[in-house]
Amino acid sequence: MKYLEGRKYVIQAIFLAIGAVYLIKLFYIQVLDDSYKTAAESNAMRRVVQYPFRGLVYDRHGALLVENTPVYDLMVVPKEAKAIDTLKFCQLVGLSLPEYREKITAAKKYSYVKPSPFLQRLTNTEFAAIQDNLVDFPGFYINARTVRSYPHSSLAHALGYIGEINPRQLEDTTYRGYRQGDYLGISGLEREYEQYLMGKRGVKYTMVNVRGIEKGSFKDGAYDTLSVAGQNLVTTIDLKLQQYAEKLMEGKIGSVVAIEPSTGEILSLVSAPYYDPSQLTGKELGNNYMKLLRDPVKPLFNRPLMATYPPGSIFKLAQALIAMQEGVLTADTGYPCNWSMVKCSHRHAYPANLGIAIEQSCNPYFYQVFRSVVNKGRSANVYEDAHLGLDIWKKHIQTFGFATQLGVDLPNEKKGMMPNSQFYDKIYGPKGWKYPTIYSVSLGQGETGVTPLQMANFAAIVANRGFFYTPHIVRSVGEKGKPLPEYSVKRYTSVHPRHFPAVVEGMQRVVESGTARYASLSHIGVTICGKTGTVQNPHGKDHSVFIAFAPKENPKIAIAVYVENAGGGAVAAAPMASLMVEKYLTDTIKTAGRKRWENDMITGAFYKWGK
Amino acid sequence: MMRTSYKITRNIDWVTIGLYGLMVTLGWMNIYAAVYNPEHVTSIFDFSLNSGKQLAWIGTSIVIIIMLFAIDYKAYDSLAYGIYWFVILVLLGTLLLASPIKGSRSWLVITETVRLQPAEFAKFATALAVSRFMSNINLRQQNWKDQAKLAGLALLPPIIIILQNETGSALVFAAFTLAFFREGMSPLILIIGAVAVFVFILTLLIPQWYLVGILTVLMGAYLWFNFHRIKRYLPTYVGVWAAILVVVFSVSYFVDNVLQPHQQNRIKVLVDPEIDPLGVGWNVTQSKIAIGSGGLLGKGFLEGTQTKFDFVPEQSTDFIFCTVGEEHGWIGSVIIVALFMALLLRIVFVAERQRSVFGRTYGYCVASIIFFHFLVNVGMTIGLAPVVGIPLPFFSYGGSSLWSFTILLFILLAIDAHRKLDLGRG
Repeated sequence: MKYLEGRKYVIQAIFLAIGAVYLIKLFYIQVLDDSYKTAAESNAMRRVVQYPFRGLVYDRHGALLVENTPVYDLMVVPKEAKAIDTLKFCQLVGLSLPEYREKITAAKKYSYVKPSPFLQRLTNTEFAAIQDNLVDFPGFYINARTVRSYPHSSLAHALGYIGEINPRQLEDTTYRGYRQGDYLGISGLEREYEQYLMGKRGVKYTMVNVRGIEKGSFKDGAYDTLSVAGQNLVTTIDLKLQQYAEKLMEGKIGSVVAIEPSTGEILSLVSAPYYDPSQLTGKELGNNYMKLLRDPVKPLFNRPLMATYPPGSIFKLAQALIAMQEGVLTADTGYPCNWSMVKCSHRHAYPANLGIAIEQSCNPYFYQVFRSVVNKGRSANVYEDAHLGLDIWKKHIQTFGFATQLGVDLPNEKKGMMPNSQFYDKIYGPKGWKYPTIYSVSLGQGETGVTPLQMANFAAIVANRGFFYTPHIVRSVGEKGKPLPEYSVKRYTSVHPRHFPAVVEGMQRVVESGTARYASLSHIGVTICGKTGTVQNPHGKDHSVFIAFAPKENPKIAIAVYVENAGGGAVAAAPMASLMVEKYLTDTIKTAGRKRWENDMITGAFYKWGK
Repeated sequence: MMRTSYKITRNIDWVTIGLYGLMVTLGWMNIYAAVYNPEHVTSIFDFSLNSGKQLAWIGTSIVIIIMLFAIDYKAYDSLAYGIYWFVILVLLGTLLLASPIKGSRSWLVITETVRLQPAEFAKFATALAVSRFMSNINLRQQNWKDQAKLAGLALLPPIIIILQNETGSALVFAAFTLAFFREGMSPLILIIGAVAVFVFILTLLIPQWYLVGILTVLMGAYLWFNFHRIKRYLPTYVGVWAAILVVVFSVSYFVDNVLQPHQQNRIKVLVDPEIDPLGVGWNVTQSKIAIGSGGLLGKGFLEGTQTKFDFVPEQSTDFIFCTVGEEHGWIGSVIIVALFMALLLRIVFVAERQRSVFGRTYGYCVASIIFFHFLVNVGMTIGLAPVVGIPLPFFSYGGSSLWSFTILLFILLAIDAHRKLDLGRG
């Protein structure tokens, strides 16, 4: 039997071997492998993001344009939602049984024990109906957050909207700090001022048990941060004027831009057709967006900033200013209304000076003005002369903000286009063009493209007699109460201010005795200066354009109105602009005649005229 | 009597008692950590918590220890069969009369809160009985009748326990083979057992016909290349090959037709925890996460999140080791494993110094049972053993378990304290 005693070593060896194997395995999972630590954190630690209140948006007089309202998401924890009366639940939330199964499967796929959204963005009524009965359905609970809402449903394009961050942005380093499911500004102010509006998110770490029930804060909140509300924006918009402009543009296609010349503040910014901004919030965002996107009249297209049109006759003002700066035109220069060069719109007296020419919008006159700029005789060769002249002209015209981005504080601003010699060389070859080839530019037709914002800014330049502030829509950001510094820089054009009064006189004559007598504001004692434009449209009826400012001295408002397919500048754009100015300066529309005009504009009666 | 008690205190193995005290105390503290609720802090002594109740079980265990030392040590030998048959009767009674709790007819309900599981006590009773049987001077080890009797003694309790639907507790009786091995059982049985477990796991992983194919090809290749050397033993090799095939088929028959699906899964999750992610796989995954998140030094006493917030199931009973691993890290694990190693080696040492076959066999039975619990319990928490619901001795919460391990260990110490009086019969 003695030989068996050796077996005690075998048994002891077995014990020690198992102990050693276990310690090695433990060393592996506890010390070497970090994956269990992250798994434990995602198990028991819930990172609750405390969403800050997004900044509010006001008009220039303090009326609220954008606010936050609470919305409710119905959340589900699949593990706890097992023992419910599915049929009753479906009736409560208004789902069919297959829809319910689909959603619960999706939630289970995400996590069996963690909450995930079951129905998002319930309306107040849905919320009220569900909330009361929710006690019968364990595993479901309501999670409240806020969405944007719009008390006045105006200014949709400029305000823009917010939406969930997309996967491409999540990978982009400029969006560092955003997480899946975060909302951010997608267009308009919401996008441009995102960094101010968003505020600072707070994070709260809480511990949860296996059923997802909170079990208090992690380390007594040592790692928690508080959320900081976003900064409010005060815009330059005059809500009443904006609403009035939208009413005038109802059912039409076009733009209205009004600017306060002394500051560059945008008083109203209408893109028609427009939409109710609340369509792009809440549960229906996706559907409504697609509907708007497919609409043939393109309501999502932000025309004041993105539509580039030929400016038409309003451009003659700029031509005159540049010609005077170049020394080839004075206020007293006369040119014959020679129809052999280009047809004039109507018979009128001999344009003996610039004032009459502007008043009558004389095409042959401005044909000759532009020619004197382009063919100044800088070279004996007519081709080279035109090259040199056009390029100098292009430099001048760009200082008016044409063919450049003005730098408005809204996204997607288009720069429009103005030709230079290179441009025509590409089309015709260096020896293929001279002045007669390009003369239509003199009348604001041809190879020109201008946005309504640039037109309004041009009106402001003339109102200021030679300078402008970059148009902007935000007056002050947050508590500091200041606009961004780039908007308080005076920008001069290359045309000396002394040349402007002659053009202003001409614009006064346009309203008093010229093409836009309907725009006169003499009944309220205000001198309004304006210029019509009738833009030839190869696809249909002419576009109606009018730019104006008023009063003549110390102008308070500069405005551009562009109505597509409405006919001549005098029939739609001019009366509208004049009504806008009257409304802005006096807050009402005074006489019965003016009221009739107002009604005709709103109903679009002019569409039937002149046919 | 004065002389005896003097001798007892001098000969008591204080090392084992020290280890026991340490383990029970650490177990109690970890039970408190496992049920600790930071939102509603209650004292470790609170009787509504498992830790408070465990303290009561520890207190009563001390009473039991004093009683075990007070009883005449010869009684363990002479009453061994009596105790054994009494426990068998209680087991049968429980099986037939008890109302099922969680599908198992294994509980004796004493009061609303106090329930005992007789299966726990069958371990020491069987250990006493087989030790008594081994110490019989007339025993002839080579006699198949005696072997059958011994096997019957060791197999009767687990059979009843399986009928009670407590398969985990029944498996523990396999531990006796280690004690039998020390007393002369052929090592072949241990090796065959190990091979059977290995083949068993293989059959779960590989379809049986593939397995048969692989084994046949291996055997064929071996015979082909060594044919001239071993052709004399050819029948033996073919016999071994046939035996293995029989094992393969019987194991797969057993797995497919005897084991219930949840029991199959418990073994399959060892390899692939994804097989039952919300059932057994969940337990193993969460248990590994809890232990793995402890790191080198652990999160600190009462700072564990996985165990405290119920991610780990049964965290104060079968999965108590998770609390150690999470809150005290690898260092804590080393201490616990080292304590078990020290205790097991000390028990072997104590067993070897017994003059009687009875004492020595009993000592090995104690070591084997504690080792088997350690092997399976710690193994399942770290994914090295199937999930079998058996407690970690001295650590897991539970009165039956603590009492039965206390009795198991202290009968040995009581016998050991009198070893010098024993003249020895082996």
